[in-house]
Amino acid sequence: MATMPASASDLLKSFKLKTKQQELLIRVSILCLVYILAFITRLFSVLRYESMIHEFDPYFNYRTTLYLTENGFYDFWNWFDYESWYPLGRIVGGTLYPGLMVTAVLIYRILRFLRFAVHIREVCVLTAPFFASNTTLVAYFFGKEIWDSGAGLVAAILIAICPGYISRSVAGSYDNEGVAIFALLFTFYVFVKAVNTGSLAWSLASAFGYFYMVSAWGGYIRFVGFQHVQSGEHMAAMGVFFLMQVFYFLDWVKHMLSDTKLFQAFLRITVTCAVAVGGIALGLGMVSGYISPWTGRFYSLLDPTYAKDHIPIIASVSEHQPTAWSSFMFDFHILLFLFPAGLYFCFKRLSDATIFIVMYGLTSMYFAGVMVRLILVATPAVCLISAIAVSATVKNLTVLLRSKNKVVQTGSTKGSGGSKSSSKALLDQSQPFQKNGAIALLFGAFYLLSRYATHCTWVTSEAYSSPSIVLAARGAHGNRVIFDDYREAYFWLRQNTPQDAKVMSWWDYGYQITAMGNRTVIVDNNTWNNTHIATVGRAMSSYEDEAIEIIRSLDVDYVLVVFGGVTGYSSDDINKFLWMVRIGGGVFPVIKEPDYLVNGEYRVDKGAAPKMLNCLMYKLCYYRFGEMLTEYGKPPGYDRARGVEIGNKDVKLEHLEEAFTTSNWIVRIYRVKPPNNRWWLNRYKFG
Amino acid sequence: MEAWIRARVTLALTLFALLFFVSRSSPPLQFVISNAERRIDLSSHIINVHLTLKVENTGTRPASEVVLALTPTEVDHLAMVDALAIKGKRKKTTSVRLEVKPTELPDAPPIDAKYFTIYLADPLNSGESTTLEVLYVFTHFLEPFPAEIAQSESQLVFYHDTALILSPYHIKQQTTFIKTPSTKVESFIRVEPTKRVGTEIKYGPYEDCPPYSISPIHVHFENNSPFAVVEELVQEIEISHWGNIQVTGHYTLVHAGARHKGVFSRVDYQSRQFSNGASSFRYLLARLPARVHSVYYRDEIGNISSSHLRTNSLKSELEIEPRYPLFGGWKATFVIGYGLPLQDFLFESSDDKRYLNFTFGCPLIGMVVDKLTIKVVLPEGSTDPSPVVPFPVEHRLEAKYSSLDVIGRTVVVLEKKNFVPMHNSHFQVYYTFNPIFMLAEPLMLASAFFMFFVACVAYIHIDLSIRK
Repeated sequence: MATMPASASDLLKSFKLKTKQQELLIRVSILCLVYILAFITRLFSVLRYESMIHEFDPYFNYRTTLYLTENGFYDFWNWFDYESWYPLGRIVGGTLYPGLMVTAVLIYRILRFLRFAVHIREVCVLTAPFFASNTTLVAYFFGKEIWDSGAGLVAAILIAICPGYISRSVAGSYDNEGVAIFALLFTFYVFVKAVNTGSLAWSLASAFGYFYMVSAWGGYIRFVGFQHVQSGEHMAAMGVFFLMQVFYFLDWVKHMLSDTKLFQAFLRITVTCAVAVGGIALGLGMVSGYISPWTGRFYSLLDPTYAKDHIPIIASVSEHQPTAWSSFMFDFHILLFLFPAGLYFCFKRLSDATIFIVMYGLTSMYFAGVMVRLILVATPAVCLISAIAVSATVKNLTVLLRSKNKVVQTGSTKGSGGSKSSSKALLDQSQPFQKNGAIALLFGAFYLLSRYATHCTWVTSEAYSSPSIVLAARGAHGNRVIFDDYREAYFWLRQNTPQDAKVMSWWDYGYQITAMGNRTVIVDNNTWNNTHIATVGRAMSSYEDEAIEIIRSLDVDYVLVVFGGVTGYSSDDINKFLWMVRIGGGVFPVIKEPDYLVNGEYRVDKGAAPKMLNCLMYKLCYYRFGEMLTEYGKPPGYDRARGVEIGNKDVKLEHLEEAFTTSNWIVRIYRVKPPNNRWWLNRYKFG
Repeated sequence: MEAWIRARVTLALTLFALLFFVSRSSPPLQFVISNAERRIDLSSHIINVHLTLKVENTGTRPASEVVLALTPTEVDHLAMVDALAIKGKRKKTTSVRLEVKPTELPDAPPIDAKYFTIYLADPLNSGESTTLEVLYVFTHFLEPFPAEIAQSESQLVFYHDTALILSPYHIKQQTTFIKTPSTKVESFIRVEPTKRVGTEIKYGPYEDCPPYSISPIHVHFENNSPFAVVEELVQEIEISHWGNIQVTGHYTLVHAGARHKGVFSRVDYQSRQFSNGASSFRYLLARLPARVHSVYYRDEIGNISSSHLRTNSLKSELEIEPRYPLFGGWKATFVIGYGLPLQDFLFESSDDKRYLNFTFGCPLIGMVVDKLTIKVVLPEGSTDPSPVVPFPVEHRLEAKYSSLDVIGRTVVVLEKKNFVPMHNSHFQVYYTFNPIFMLAEPLMLASAFFMFFVACVAYIHIDLSIRK
C-alpha cells in the first residue's frame, strides 16, 4: 500500500515542469494569445458593419484577385483592362504589384484544398488581420535577435495593437500595406539574422523575403525592368553598391600585395578612377536622359512643400499630407516617449543589430513626419525600439527588486549576529528607498501600458474600423443611422445601365465604380495619366456647353458626382472641387483657380464667384436642390455640409438629365442626352 | 395607334371568315354547354380566369372527356389550368379535383387553337349534365401601352381577349365579367350587350353561339399594381443532419411593366409620393417558415441594410426593400438566406427512408417566377434520392462540395417554368442515409488536430541538426 502514494508522487513529479520548460510554456502561450489578439482586434469593422472590402484601392485589389481566381495566373498576367481609363485602357498585369493577389489566391486555394468552402471575398477581407498576426510573430523573433526574448515578447504585444499599423490592416482593408509590413519586417529580421550568424541560408531567405516584399509593395521586377538602374531615386543605393565593390576589391588587393607603399599608390589611383568613372557615368546618364530625374513623390519626401506648389495631384491625396503632431500622438501614444528611451538603450549596447534598428527607426521617423501614410513604415521600428525600452526598464527594476529581496531574506536569517551583518545593513540603507522606487516605477510602467492598451482599442474601434463605403451616423434619438448610398448607386449602375456604358466621375470613385458597378470609367485611383485626369477636372469646372464637348469627345454616357449637402457628409465633390480646378488648370491654362474664388475664399452661397455658380460640378451637385428642405428652420436649398444656403437655386441642365439620385442624395448620376436633331432636319421631316 | 387598330380589324375579319368556315364543318360532338360564366380578374399582373361551365351530354353514348380550347397566345402565357367538378346542389356542394391534360384533337377544324382535356371522374351518361369549374392563370399577358412611361405617369395596359368563349362545343348561353383594378378605363370594345358598372365590365349574355365562335375585344385600363417578376429564382435547401436546414435563394427581380423613360427625380419621388412613380415598388414581403433563424439579405456587393423581420410562433415575415425603388424595366438581384430547425421538415418514412417535406415555391408573396429551380442538397453519403412533386417538373441530379466534403453531396435539382403563387404546395424528397456518415467530419477534424500535435511532439523530441 505504501508504494501507491510514492508512485503517485513520482507521477506528479514527472508532470511538474522544470523552470526552463515553464518559461517556454509561458512564452508560447503569450505568443499564442498575442497572435489571437492581433487578429480579433482587427475585426471591429466586421462586427460593426459586415465582412466587406473597405475604401478605394482595396476594391481594385479585390477585383483583380477575383479575376485571378476565375481566370488563372497567365490570363491575369496578360490582362488588359478595358473598363478603366477609357479610351486608353490599362495593362493591369504589368502595372500592379501581384504579391497581395497571389498571396490571397494561394490562401484561398489551400483552404479549398482542405475542403473549407470559403468565398474569395472572405479570404480577402481577412488577409490583412492574418498577416498582422504573423507580423507579431516576426516582431517577437526580431526583438529576440536584437535584444532578448523579453523585448521580443513586448514588441509582439506592442505591434499587435499599435494604431499606426492597425489603420492599414483592419479586416477589409485589403491593400498592399497589410502584407508588405509583414514582408518588410520579415526581410529585416532575416537580414539581421544573416548578419549576426553569417549563415548563407539566412541571407538567401533574406533575398527571398525582399523579393516578396518588392512584389507586394514597390518594385516588382518584371514591371520595373531597368528602373533600378535608371531612376534617380535608386542612384544613392547604386552608389553605395558601387563603393562596396571598390572597397572589397581594395581589400582583396591589400591582401595580395605585401608592400604597403605599393598599396598606398594603388589605392590612390583606384579611388580616383572609381570616383571619376562613377561621376562620368552619372553625368552622362543624367544628360542623355537614361537616368530619369527624381519623381514628384520623392521630391515631396525631401521637401514637404514641393508637392503643393508643383504637382497638385499628389498633394490632393490626404494621405500624402505632412503629418500633424496630433496624428503622431494618435497613432503611437506612449510609444512616442518610449522611442527615445529605447534609442538610449540601443546606443548603450551597440551592435550590428541595434545600429540597424536605430537607423531604420530614425529614417522612417523622418519620413513619417513628411507624409502621413509613412507612419505605417515607422510603426514596426517604433514598436521594436519602444519594446527594448520597456523590456530593459522592467527587467532592471525586477532584477533590483528580486536581488534585494534575497538580501533582505539572508539578512533576516542571519540578522541576529555577526560583524558582516552590520556592513550589510550599511549597504542596505539606500535600498528601502530603491525598492519603493522600483515598485512605484513598475506600477507606473504598468499604468502606462494599460493606458496604451485602452487607447489602442478605442482608436481601433472608433477611428480605423469604418469601411467608408457605408457611413454611419447618430440619429436624433441616439440610434444608429446607416447611409448606404454608395452601394445603392453602384448597384443601380450595375443593374440598370447598358453593359458598355462609360461613367465619368472624379478619380476617387473609379476603382469602386469598376469593382461594384462593373462599368467602364474614364479615370480611376491609379493616377498614371495626369492629362486624362486634368481633362475630367476641366470638364467638371467648365460651363455646361463647354463641358458637353469634352464629355462627348470622351464618349461618356453617365456622369457621377458625390454630394453631401443633404446629409452633411463633408468629403464630397464640392469640397474636393478646388483640386479638380487646380489639376485641370495645371494642364489646361484656360481653367484659372481665382475665377472660382471670391477674395481668395471658396464659397457656394450667394456671394460665390459667377463661374463657380455656373460650372458643371456646381450644377450637377445642386440640381433641384433648391426645392429641398434639408433642415428644420432653414430655407430650402440649405447645404448642411457647408452650412450655407446655396447661391444658385435655379439650376437648369441642357445636355444632361438626372438618371438616378440615391435616397440620401449622396451619389447623383446624370445621363448624357443624345445630341438634338438639327432644327432644319426637323422642319424637313415634318414641314 | 392607327396601324394597330387596322391590324385588329384585319384579324377580326379573318376570324370571322374562319368562323364562317368552321360553322359549316361541324365535328361530331358529344357535349353542349348549356350555360357558361367567365370571370376575369385583371387587378394584378397575374390574370385569373374563372370559368363555370354547365356541360350536358347530348350524344348517344356516355362520355368522360370534356375538351377546352385556348388560343396559342393564351397557351404561351398559361401558368396553370385547374378543373373542379361541382357535386351536389345549392348549399351542400362538394368539389372534386379533375385531371387536365393537353391534347390534340384528331378531327379538329383548321383553326389555330390548342386543346386541353378534362377527364371526368364518372362518365356522363346521355342526357345528363354536370357543372365544371375551370381556373386559368396567365402571366405576362397584359401589354403596357404606352410601352414607356415617365416617372409621373401611371401605367396603362391592354388586355386582349374574345367576348365569346372559344370552345369546340355549342354554347347556349354565356356571360363574361371583366374586373379592372380601378374605374380608370381608357377604352374597351363593345360587343352588345355590354355594360360597365364601376370596376366591372359585363359582356353578354350571348345566346346560342356555335362552336369556335369568337369576337375579339380589348380593354385599355390603368393598372398600377407592382409588376414584380422574379425572372429566375434558385432556391438551395441544404440538409445537415446535425440539426439545421440552410435555405439560400438567389433572386433576379425585374419590374415587368411599362419601361421607365427619361428622368428619375429624387425630389419628386420623395415629396410627391402618390402622383409619382405610381407603378414603381419599393417593398416586398417574404413569408418564411416559423422558427426561422440567421436570416440574411444581401447581394453581390454586400449586405442590404433595409429589411425587417417579424416572427411569431406560426410564421415569420421578412419585409425587404431593394437598394433602390424599381421602375419599369429596372432590375435587382439579391440573395435571401435563412436557417431552419431540422425536425420541422425532415421525417422518417415507414420503409427506413428519410424524407424532406418542404414548400415548393417562392417565399416572396404574390410573385411570378419565370424560372424556378429548387436544389435539395442531401447530406454526404445519402443514396437513392427520389422527389415527389404534385405537378410536372424537370428533374436531374448534381454533385456539390461543401465544407469538409470528400465524395461530394448529391443534389436533387427540380425546375419549373412560369411559376405562380397558386402552385405553392409541398413536395418531398426521399433518400436513404446511414447515420454513421455524420461522424465522418468530426473524426476528420479530430484526426487532423491529433496529427498536428503528434508532429509537434515529434519535432521537439527529434534532433534534426547535422552537427553533433
